[in-house]
Amino acid sequence: MVSRAERSAFSDWWWTVDRSLLAALAVLALSGLVFLMAGGPPVAERLGLSTFHFVNRQVMFLMPALAILLSVSFLSLRHLRRLALAVYFVGMILVLLAFQYGPEIKGAHRWIVIGPLGIQPSEFVKPAFVVLAAWAFSEGGRRKDMPGALLGFLILPATIIPLILQPDFGQTMLITVVWCGLFFIAGLHWFWVMGLGGAGLVGIGAAYEFLPHVRARFERFMDKTSGDTFQVDTAMESFSRGGWLGRGPGEGTVKRILPDAHTDFIFAVTAEEFGIVVCMIVLVLFAFIVLRGLSLARRNEDTFCRLAATGIVFMFGLQACINMMVNVHLMPAKGMTLPFVSYGGSSLLSLALAMGFLIALTRRRPRAEMMDNFNQDWSRR
Amino acid sequence: MSLTPQPDTELPSTETKPRSGLLRHVRELFRMRVDKSTARVGLAAICFTGLFGVIGGRLIYLAVTSDASSEMRRVTSSEISAARPDIVDRNGEILATDVKMVSVFAEPRNIIDKDEAVELLTAVLPDIDATDLRNKLGTKKGFVWVKREITPRQQAEVHRLGIPGIGFLPENKRIYPNAEAAAHVLGFANVDNVGIAGMEKYIDSQGLQDLNGAGFNITSADLKPVELSIDLRVQHALRDELQKGMTKFKAKAAAGAIMDVNTGEMIALVSLPDYDPNNPVDALENDRINRINVGVFEMGSTFKALTTAMALDSGKFTINSSLDARSGLRYGKFTIGDYHATHRVLTVPEVFIHSSNIGTARMALGIGVEGHKAFLRKMGQLTRLTTELPENAEPIVPGRWGELNTVTIAFGHGLAVAPLQALMAVGALTNGGYMIKPTFLKRDAPTAMKTATQVIKPETSEAMRYVLRLNASNPAGSASAVAVAGFFVGGKTGTAEKVIHGRYSKNKNLTTFTAVLPADKPRYVFLTIMDEPQAIPGTYGFSTAGWNAGPVTGDVIERVAPLLGVPPRFDPPSQPFPLMTRLGAWGTR
Repeated sequence: MVSRAERSAFSDWWWTVDRSLLAALAVLALSGLVFLMAGGPPVAERLGLSTFHFVNRQVMFLMPALAILLSVSFLSLRHLRRLALAVYFVGMILVLLAFQYGPEIKGAHRWIVIGPLGIQPSEFVKPAFVVLAAWAFSEGGRRKDMPGALLGFLILPATIIPLILQPDFGQTMLITVVWCGLFFIAGLHWFWVMGLGGAGLVGIGAAYEFLPHVRARFERFMDKTSGDTFQVDTAMESFSRGGWLGRGPGEGTVKRILPDAHTDFIFAVTAEEFGIVVCMIVLVLFAFIVLRGLSLARRNEDTFCRLAATGIVFMFGLQACINMMVNVHLMPAKGMTLPFVSYGGSSLLSLALAMGFLIALTRRRPRAEMMDNFNQDWSRR
Repeated sequence: MSLTPQPDTELPSTETKPRSGLLRHVRELFRMRVDKSTARVGLAAICFTGLFGVIGGRLIYLAVTSDASSEMRRVTSSEISAARPDIVDRNGEILATDVKMVSVFAEPRNIIDKDEAVELLTAVLPDIDATDLRNKLGTKKGFVWVKREITPRQQAEVHRLGIPGIGFLPENKRIYPNAEAAAHVLGFANVDNVGIAGMEKYIDSQGLQDLNGAGFNITSADLKPVELSIDLRVQHALRDELQKGMTKFKAKAAAGAIMDVNTGEMIALVSLPDYDPNNPVDALENDRINRINVGVFEMGSTFKALTTAMALDSGKFTINSSLDARSGLRYGKFTIGDYHATHRVLTVPEVFIHSSNIGTARMALGIGVEGHKAFLRKMGQLTRLTTELPENAEPIVPGRWGELNTVTIAFGHGLAVAPLQALMAVGALTNGGYMIKPTFLKRDAPTAMKTATQVIKPETSEAMRYVLRLNASNPAGSASAVAVAGFFVGGKTGTAEKVIHGRYSKNKNLTTFTAVLPADKPRYVFLTIMDEPQAIPGTYGFSTAGWNAGPVTGDVIERVAPLLGVPPRFDPPSQPFPLMTRLGAWGTR
């Protein structure tokens, strides 16, 4: 055990981080690997790759991911903000470069290929965006000389316009929702919350009423018999074949025809092979991480920490929820991966960065450390 | 202002003190209240809890409705042949039992290459239709049968194909080791082991299918065998004799039944042509009906026994009453004549043994239409007789029943009943007057007597036994063919002209014979029906009951009486009909 008696960077870290959160993330990442052993091989075989191609790649990415997570969690708040800023700018530049140099995959320019590695810069922009937006909102609430709210307002279009152009509607939606959540947490007046929420509902209603393609899509979701519902049907079949206890590892058959069995629909594969009981355990694990993160954020005295941690938990939780809801057919299909379980190098590294931020943000800190701009405040008065 | 930093507290700003209420409210709208974030994070946590709860609920729903937990169970309860209890005869011989068979099923959505699967399966099981199988496999169902009840060799071959999504399920197949012997009583069960005819259907109506449907896993060994009243040995002998008779007299069909008069138990029931319940492909053809239960026939002279009993039981006639049969009975434009005309005045026993239509009609007229109807209703001849067998038929009763109807029904024309119904009535006439409903389940006399009703006086019953015996023992009687030595048999013939296209045919007969064994203390009644028997060399051109149904019944009695435990007697009983002797009835001297 790390001694409390002598101080070192590591012992400081060990005694201030939330170890239950770390443990939950570790369990999630490891079980994700196990699930990927079920979901990866059929896709790999379809693509003519070696059976455990995706598993091996995922393990390969887990190492740097672990490094990123741990090293980011060591950062002080000041360095954390700087890192977020740097990642954001580099990420945005790469997003823009991808338009020019990135290959077109499935009709979208999302990737930058460096040597053998393809990375999706928008993935890294996400956590950085959340931290920056939280920073802007918290500064706006605290200091009158910073146009924090305005910056917080402007960062949204600055981020999502390139994403819309890519196009990447899944990420756009996620970022927008997280940003709205942040805005709400930051103290938006209920008047606006209700007004915007009401306007949103009216907008959705109007879109359903007047836009034929929205209506068609909605109806296709509601009506199983119409249109192409192959993915969803197949996913439902996975659940129905799996039952409570599943068919057993490697015994799945629906996964062979399930598209994106290793990414978007790995939850359904898990249900088929390991059973719905295991799915429930995964669900509980996600719920634990989200609720633990939110409760830590709630207890945190620093506005920035609270906002940023909440935002990151939002992003993580929403992504998990949307993915699971798509899998169990509570939502129409969206390109959203299951954090730490779905295969994806960029996604994994980005999640590691986000969770590193979360761990760092939820560390117990003396107030003085959080008030690194205390002197400025004082001199202003 | 304290020097302690308060990171989360808004610094009160003096310069933005609102001037008017409205402006303050407007400013308030645009102020970010960071201090509220703690509560709002809590709200977000609640929202997330709800979201996770919804997903969890959906997962539970999916698990509960999933295949693995419910489909196989559903399939096993509804698709797989349920276990059925054995059916045994009254001596415990097996009439129907379950054997384990294997059936091949497919789970279409697990079959990767459906065309290949069809090709391989049809190679091993050549008698399945490839197109049909391909269509079945093309569905999205979780379960389809490929072939039911295959042999172990076929199972091994299908297994060796190694097609994913093809599997085997053990099933129960119903087999009837005695094949046709008791076909019409047993009925049969279909491929799902659901009884669809005869006693098999009756068993299902007793709640077996409900048990299976509720998911109870029962095997036939757990079920108590159903004991029938049928005696397999007698059944077999009856069938054999009927078959011989049918061939000999070139009859279209033949049927026979033996009933225990004291318990109502049906000891044997045969209707030819029959079918093999193991492979009941032709069971539904028209000529395979159960003639004893389902066919309704004009019973002809057999009905005279009922008329005679009615007359004697009413008190208006005695065994010594005489009836004028000198000339035909004119009724409107009809004249009733006698087949064996005597042209003299006859006593009641003479009317019976000469089978006099005129005498019998006069008896019925003496009772009257309403009395006749009431008596026949009491004897169960006017309403549908229901037994355990689901197959039964309603008698054809004239819509408007006038005196002419009474005249013709008196000698068995104009009222069509199921032969079993007539047999039941004859049982009541001979057993001392107790009407006992026939049953196909084993039971004893006390149980039968609980539901029995006294329909005629015991004295009338003795008179009926007397005239039936007389009919066999007297050389003039029409039933002399059944006077099997040593068994003291009594009987009555019946020949009805068949109704073809609405009129009586002169040369197409339905002949019946009813016999009672032994006549002094009856235990069994026998019924034989022959449909369109032909005159053969040796019958002198006759095709009436006394020449075909009678001798066949005699053969049956000779063969089954020892099986039924009726010992032959070398001396006739000394005082078989004491009352008749005392009354000095015709023929006792």
